[in-house]
Amino acid sequence: MGTLLEMQSITKTFPGVKALDEVNLRVQEGEIHALVGENGAGKSTLMKVLSGVYPHGSYDGEILYAGNPARFAGISDSEREGIIIIHQELALVPLLSIAENLFLGNERATGGIMNWQETFRRSEELLRRVGLKEAPGTLVDKIGVGKQQLVEIAKALAKDVRLLILDEPTAALSESDSQALLDLLLELKAQGVTSIIISHKLNEVRRVADSITVIRDGSTVSTIDAKTEKVTEDRIVRDMVGRDMSHRYPDRERRAGEVLFEVKNWNVFHPEHSERQIVQDVNFTVRAGEVVGIAGLMGAGRTELAMSIFGGSYGQNISGEVFLRGQPINTSSVRSAIDSGLAYVTEDRKELGLILEETIQTNITLANLPGVSSSGVLNGAEETKVAERYRKAMNIRTPSVVQRVMNLSGGNQQKVVLSKWLFAGPEVLILDEPTRGIDVGAKYEIYNIINDLSREGKGVLMISSEMPELLGMCDRIYVMNEGEFVGELTAAEASQERIMSLIVTE
Amino acid sequence: MSDTVSPNEGQAEAGGKGLSGYLLGHMREFGLLFALIAIMVFFEIVTGGTLMRPINITNLFLQNSYIIIMALGMLIVIVGGNIDLSVGSVMGFIGALAAVMIVNWDWSVYMAIPACLLVGVLIGAAQGYWVAYWNIPSFIVTLAGMLVFRGLSLWLLQGQSIGPFPREFQALSTGFIPDLFGVDRPNVTALVVGAVVVAIIVWTGLRKRNRNVAYGIEAEPMPFFVVRNAIVAGAFMFLVYKLSTFRGLPNVLITMGVLFIIYAFITEQTTLGRRIYALGGNKKAAKLSGIATERLTFLTFVNMGFLAALAGLIFAARLNTATPKAGFALELDVIAAVFIGGASMSGGVGKIVGAVVGAFIMGVMNNGMSIMGIGIDYQQVIKGLVLLAAVIFDVYNKQKQG
Repeated sequence: MGTLLEMQSITKTFPGVKALDEVNLRVQEGEIHALVGENGAGKSTLMKVLSGVYPHGSYDGEILYAGNPARFAGISDSEREGIIIIHQELALVPLLSIAENLFLGNERATGGIMNWQETFRRSEELLRRVGLKEAPGTLVDKIGVGKQQLVEIAKALAKDVRLLILDEPTAALSESDSQALLDLLLELKAQGVTSIIISHKLNEVRRVADSITVIRDGSTVSTIDAKTEKVTEDRIVRDMVGRDMSHRYPDRERRAGEVLFEVKNWNVFHPEHSERQIVQDVNFTVRAGEVVGIAGLMGAGRTELAMSIFGGSYGQNISGEVFLRGQPINTSSVRSAIDSGLAYVTEDRKELGLILEETIQTNITLANLPGVSSSGVLNGAEETKVAERYRKAMNIRTPSVVQRVMNLSGGNQQKVVLSKWLFAGPEVLILDEPTRGIDVGAKYEIYNIINDLSREGKGVLMISSEMPELLGMCDRIYVMNEGEFVGELTAAEASQERIMSLIVTE
Repeated sequence: MSDTVSPNEGQAEAGGKGLSGYLLGHMREFGLLFALIAIMVFFEIVTGGTLMRPINITNLFLQNSYIIIMALGMLIVIVGGNIDLSVGSVMGFIGALAAVMIVNWDWSVYMAIPACLLVGVLIGAAQGYWVAYWNIPSFIVTLAGMLVFRGLSLWLLQGQSIGPFPREFQALSTGFIPDLFGVDRPNVTALVVGAVVVAIIVWTGLRKRNRNVAYGIEAEPMPFFVVRNAIVAGAFMFLVYKLSTFRGLPNVLITMGVLFIIYAFITEQTTLGRRIYALGGNKKAAKLSGIATERLTFLTFVNMGFLAALAGLIFAARLNTATPKAGFALELDVIAAVFIGGASMSGGVGKIVGAVVGAFIMGVMNNGMSIMGIGIDYQQVIKGLVLLAAVIFDVYNKQKQG
């Protein structure tokens, strides 16, 4: 078997961030190649370069595909060559049928007129190949995420895929769905399909991968041939992280004070399906100066818990009590939650956290406009002064505070969101994935900010999917699974294994 | 006209790039103003001086007053991320209602006017309720409103025109401020008011500029500031002088001017205005920042209803009769004015000044082309192309800024 794909010295820069620095990747024909690395290491960027999302010319380096130089101007170019990428966020149209989705943009038609017989016949074939028993006419939003993932793969097969790229395909899947997906990948391999799989789950990688490339901070660290070398998870983790854990998280003197924030008997139901309980009997406390983590898999209900506490921003039939310094507080609306001393830094900064078109100063003052106005009239000078103060304190890298937020890098955007909430003067901050999608240097700065908050005696509740981050930052970690808290660990007790076993044994 | 450094539109990168760099970064604001001036000069020349004759300038203000008044409200609705298609019909309906009250029922003008404004508020509230609290798309709610109120005004008027109105009602639109100094030609009151307004424009501009310099925000280069203010002041005084040689300041110009100042102040200088921009810019983020997005959306429609009612009264007063045709398709002129003025369809972007200048651009073109005797057919085509060109210019500028 020869080399199907060779990416040579790929370098890609975004304003302010070098996302890829001389990355090399070589994929053999007919293998499953795993691409691993931390969040923000550059895996997805590399795959976007490969698939033409970032067209030729927007990066440096050379791509050789099936022996020939490949210069894709867009996704349609790479798809014509049989390179199909399945993104983390699925690209299915929920209100179309499975069959329609399978041939979207690739319709079985003559002269623009749909050939439904052919569409359905081929759909059945493809669905059989991926092991789905659903009828081709079923609407996509009627089937679960796991099956939708299989539909995506069937869609790739419909395009005569030669190189299949899956970005975190199992991140949102249950254990059994994940297994089914991995089995399918092995089966496709037997049929001659080459795959690249991006994953955080090292046990899955070990199970299916023939070779593994580790990327760290935008560079290739190592390529491991799983057929000849013994692969241990330790080895992969060492390559992924590349340095001592103690250096990744700044030190903080840990001294938790009195109980500051307490939530009792918290229950939340799904906003549309009132019978589905999303959060069940959750109780927790945060002490002054304490950083408390919530660990859990995607879909465990952590964000839903946080948002429901923050002014009932998620769910219905919310019940339970919230206390600040032992006094019950009203969190029934976002306004009253903010006024009571809560702040919630959202997981999705672009959709929920920022107004991208607006300036830095407008964003920073948004949650506390009374702080820069008197009787409803804004004091522009004061607003600029406030924004400048946070620019310095947070080290937001920008020429001026009237710069639009959309022009900032992810890390700087996150600092703007944090500034907004600090200016609102909270006592308890709920940070939901505070370092998602930002580079390693900016992460360290965010950690420093969190430590400063703790030093000032604020309570910090931190939700993160990166377990090392929770272990490195938190004084205590609650473990959440399927809407319930299934365990509580002190910093001394906690380890990735302990957390995982709490999740799994549930 | 636009003295403030816009908080909402693209800022040039900081760092001295000089005059041309500054001009490029603020293309939108200056482009619009110069476009208006260029259009006026163009029509002044091709109409052989008719456009700038005192009586025609007075007419320009009277003809466009109701569009400008509604554009103020429409800008706010559009910045909030919605649209209101019903304003033309609501305007016609209120005019009809006023006619029925005053002419048929013999109500006093001083009772009928507040009653009509209140009805406008209620209409706005009724539409805003569905948009804000039920999340029904504003396009649909107000499209329904457009049909409903068109039908209701036909029903009220029984298909007939009703008029004439008493003098004190007509004064809403066709009255003039008398010369307090007794000279009358030229009207000294008008000149004094004009001079005071110019002084205020320059003074607030200077203050803003000094503040920006003090805070290290890139301020407009001084020569530019002087030239721009000189043009604005000169053009303004020129218009006022023209008005003063006819009958002075029309009442409706005062109404418009006061409303303009109030709404410019609210949108740019108050927390209420800031929240509306936030709502339109990112509704979810605004909500999670503690902003009562539903109530705010509701209020933008209530305000629109109020202004549409006021416009309806002024329109009826100007025609001195209420007709079933009043306000027909006028919502489109209002919406076009707001978009020519730089507002964004997706919300969160746009300025009161822009909407007013946009309305004047449309108004001058209407007026100029009519004087030239260009047929209504060509007029529509040209207006359509101008709207398209203005928005393309906007999008192009935005892409260039990245």
